[in-house]
Amino acid sequence: MAKRSIVPFGPQHPVLPEPVHLDLVLEDETVVGAIPSIGYVHRGLEKLVEKKDFKQYVYIAERVCGICSCGHGMGYCEAVEQVMGLEVPRRAQYLRTIWMEMSRVHSHLLWLGLLADAMGFESLFMESWRLRERILDMFDATTGGRIIFSVNCVGGVLKDMDHALLKGISDTIDVMEKEFTPIMETFLKDYSVQSRLKGLGVLSREQALMLGAVGPMLRASGEGYDVRKLGYEAYNDLDVQPVVAFDGDAYARCEVRLREVRQSFRLIREAISKIPEGPISVPVKGNPSGEFFMRIEQPRGEAIYYVKGNGTKNLERFRLRTPTTSNIPPMVELLKGCQLGDVPLLILTIDPCISCTER
Amino acid sequence: MGRMSKSPWLLHYDASSCNGCDIEVLDCLTPKYDIERFGIINTGDPFQADILLITGGVNSQTEPVVRQLYSQMPDPKVVVAVGICACTGGIFKECYNIKGGIDTVIPVDVYVPGCAARPESIIDGVVRALAILDEKRAVSKKAR
Repeated sequence: MAKRSIVPFGPQHPVLPEPVHLDLVLEDETVVGAIPSIGYVHRGLEKLVEKKDFKQYVYIAERVCGICSCGHGMGYCEAVEQVMGLEVPRRAQYLRTIWMEMSRVHSHLLWLGLLADAMGFESLFMESWRLRERILDMFDATTGGRIIFSVNCVGGVLKDMDHALLKGISDTIDVMEKEFTPIMETFLKDYSVQSRLKGLGVLSREQALMLGAVGPMLRASGEGYDVRKLGYEAYNDLDVQPVVAFDGDAYARCEVRLREVRQSFRLIREAISKIPEGPISVPVKGNPSGEFFMRIEQPRGEAIYYVKGNGTKNLERFRLRTPTTSNIPPMVELLKGCQLGDVPLLILTIDPCISCTER
Repeated sequence: MGRMSKSPWLLHYDASSCNGCDIEVLDCLTPKYDIERFGIINTGDPFQADILLITGGVNSQTEPVVRQLYSQMPDPKVVVAVGICACTGGIFKECYNIKGGIDTVIPVDVYVPGCAARPESIIDGVVRALAILDEKRAVSKKAR
């Protein structure tokens, strides 16, 4: 038996902007075990719910994570609205859906760029992030913020989009779709990308289900599970079909995210064509009392929001289970048996969001 | 501008930030903002870095990491606190696990406020840091 050694990975590592620490147990160059340790980004946001007003807390929920910001705000608001029995206007639901799908495009393009960077494909990284700027510009034009735009509130949304703005968005989406095609083709057909990703870190459907993988990770293993099918917000009016790939390797996970970007383009266009007129929020009276579980599909997978109110302006408990939390056990499984050089790439393929996980 | 400030190398570390400022720091490298035109390169190696960009308020687990990164960087060095959490603790100030701004742990030279800080203001902060880097270099030269 080869001699075992332990190599620390992180917390400060060039491949990820966030601190994550792993102890990799190696036999020569092969990883036989990985022990994740977390807590570098723990701030204690769930506890803060006892100090802040439930309407103020939306801004903190949005700052759980900067990439999935819109989704966290939306999930929290939706859960509180269900507790309070508020009927959110249809237009607000459509606007939330449009921003959510734009967030998905922005998150997936960000991930694609980081993947290209991890492979050493610098120009593809720059190209993906250049395209992502268009989405950020649209956030800027519609809300005034680029990354964290705090547009959700309990009872609806804070900002409306007029006709010209909606037209502008759908025109930009058309342009983006044209510019996205060559990027997608490079990712799917380029020889060097294929040789780097194909067959790497295979997760079978059974393993994925047993270990509780969610989101693109699960869909890349052949399970068509997408929480958007539940039809929250405006998704019940839109045609959402889960994007599925069957190989379960890094290439399949990349393919799922690429096709989801396309799907989001289509959903945004569909939502813009169907958006009804009307108010964008309802007044909120009283305090929440009761509890509710809300599930939404974040770019990284299924996220669960639990709120419990006790009739005062402070909620009693807020609990958030983020997609990365459930994707860490499959990630540890993937790492077993891979080469040391593949570790950064494999960690990246689950699209880890550490600040969501640790809150 | 002195010799060093013409091509400073950056080190970026996330001390419990929400990711918002981190992706904006990365955004500075991409074609729209492209800080490489100032000769700035983002490095992952503290031993070669001149400017330390830190985002997020410090918690007890990142505190030793921040101290270690700072001590590993060669003199002269400049610290830029990016985002309101790194400046004061910001929206997370009341959290039980947050110590406050980066200046509770290591000396900070430039503060860049904003939530999330925009790439324009991050670039402005870095350019200000370059002047401070030159000053520090002149002082250490005199002392030698």
